[in-house]
Amino acid sequence: MTNTTQAEPKRFRLDTTSDRMFMQVLSLVGGLYVLLIVGMLVADIAAVRPTHIIAAFTSPEIRYAVKLSLFSCFMTGCFSLLISVPLAYVISRLQGPWRHVLDILLDIPFVLPPVVIGLSLLLLFNSPWGRAIERIIPVSYAVPGVILAQFPVACAFALRIMRSTFEQMNPRLEQVALTLGCSQQQVFRHVVLPQARRGMLAAFTLAWSRSLGEFGPVMIFAGTIRMHTEVLPTSVFFEINDGHIELAVAIALLMILLSTIAMFIVRLAGMPGVFHKGVV
Amino acid sequence: MIALQDVSITVGAFTLRHIALEIPTGCYCALMGRSGAGKTTLLEAICGLNSVTAGRILLMGQDVTDVPPAQRGIGFVPQDGALFPTMSVRENLSFPLRMRKWPTAQIAQRVDELAALLGIAHLLNRHTQGLSGGETKRVSLGRALAARPRLLCLDEPLSALDDTSRANLCDLLCIVKAQTGVTAIHITHSADEMQQVADMCLLLEAGGIKPLSSNTALTTQSGLDTLEQHVKA
Repeated sequence: MTNTTQAEPKRFRLDTTSDRMFMQVLSLVGGLYVLLIVGMLVADIAAVRPTHIIAAFTSPEIRYAVKLSLFSCFMTGCFSLLISVPLAYVISRLQGPWRHVLDILLDIPFVLPPVVIGLSLLLLFNSPWGRAIERIIPVSYAVPGVILAQFPVACAFALRIMRSTFEQMNPRLEQVALTLGCSQQQVFRHVVLPQARRGMLAAFTLAWSRSLGEFGPVMIFAGTIRMHTEVLPTSVFFEINDGHIELAVAIALLMILLSTIAMFIVRLAGMPGVFHKGVV
Repeated sequence: MIALQDVSITVGAFTLRHIALEIPTGCYCALMGRSGAGKTTLLEAICGLNSVTAGRILLMGQDVTDVPPAQRGIGFVPQDGALFPTMSVRENLSFPLRMRKWPTAQIAQRVDELAALLGIAHLLNRHTQGLSGGETKRVSLGRALAARPRLLCLDEPLSALDDTSRANLCDLLCIVKAQTGVTAIHITHSADEMQQVADMCLLLEAGGIKPLSSNTALTTQSGLDTLEQHVKA
């Protein structure tokens, strides 16, 4: 994402007993969080048998939810990238008070409760403008509604990644490109975007994985309609409601696996020389 | 000829006022001055990267004050080289020609010409990451020269190099000057460097810009040392 070489973390020398004790206390406090995550994963794995996993994947409802989740998350990831790349570039090159106003506005999806995002979308699509759109493409309580419900928070994540990508770029390269005969559009296409490839991969993957777990806005705006607007978190909700905890856990494990793969890709994108030679 | 007529530039809180200079065509000019005097700001304004608040910039008689950087025909070599990290050396050299839509055969010919001139033929297929400081400066110089600019602007091209690389690049600049006859502005803090490559020298100070080429103090080593101490102070 950046052009700087990543520094190796420094090794601390713990010479005295008090130094060692201090680090042990810190490790103990931090270790509680690690323990909690490991504990949750172990609890999930222990609660499920292979038969439950087979039962989950032979269920037509859950197979539908898997397909819709993969499709809607892919679309949300694409839309997030499509919006976050130009917006992040404009903001990263913007100066003055508008930048701060936009900063605050674009952080709202992070702090809004998920249910409120769903409610706000519902109200928006009940307005005359929203109803006009609904007459062309049905959005609420339909598959486009699932994508739109996942989009605000996913895009906010993608925007953060893209902003940090563009802000870490050396602006001198763009200036030099201008003197070499480029228009602003050519600079963006030939100089900026190639450097942003890894940031774009990370932004897409984060948006994708964030939308995989989105439930509140989807429930309010797209509804919980079996085999219609049912995504994986909705299936977990249904199975818990029906008392099929093992099936719910089997779906949860699938979501954990998909998210872990996504996080692995993000990590890979951050490693020098993995995605594009020459851009760290 | 490049001429600045009563030019004023404001960048943030920094202002340069009433700058006037004339550099004849084919002349290699060293621009000296203390750190923070505004040398880079001035060079960037000539390249069109900083806007001018008053005055005019004339390049070969054409008023380029409001002309976008892409259409000024100026080659710019920044202090850090600023090579494009996603491109190979060959792609960096051919970049300005591709942007100007030169035919492929002519691009290849021009890249080979530049590589031979700058001694970087063996680097053409290398990636820019991992090039040494001297190699980076050579490639950056080649990229700036590729489209045959009307003016070459070099911002401390010999800084941050070891003595050998500095001497080699200094010799190379003399060769480039002799072979291309390009008009150049070269920012430097080194009086030796100035004496070796420059036909004329300008000193940028708070009071404005003044020529030093006819200054008798520059003909003696003690005079050069005094100047160097002055601009490095």
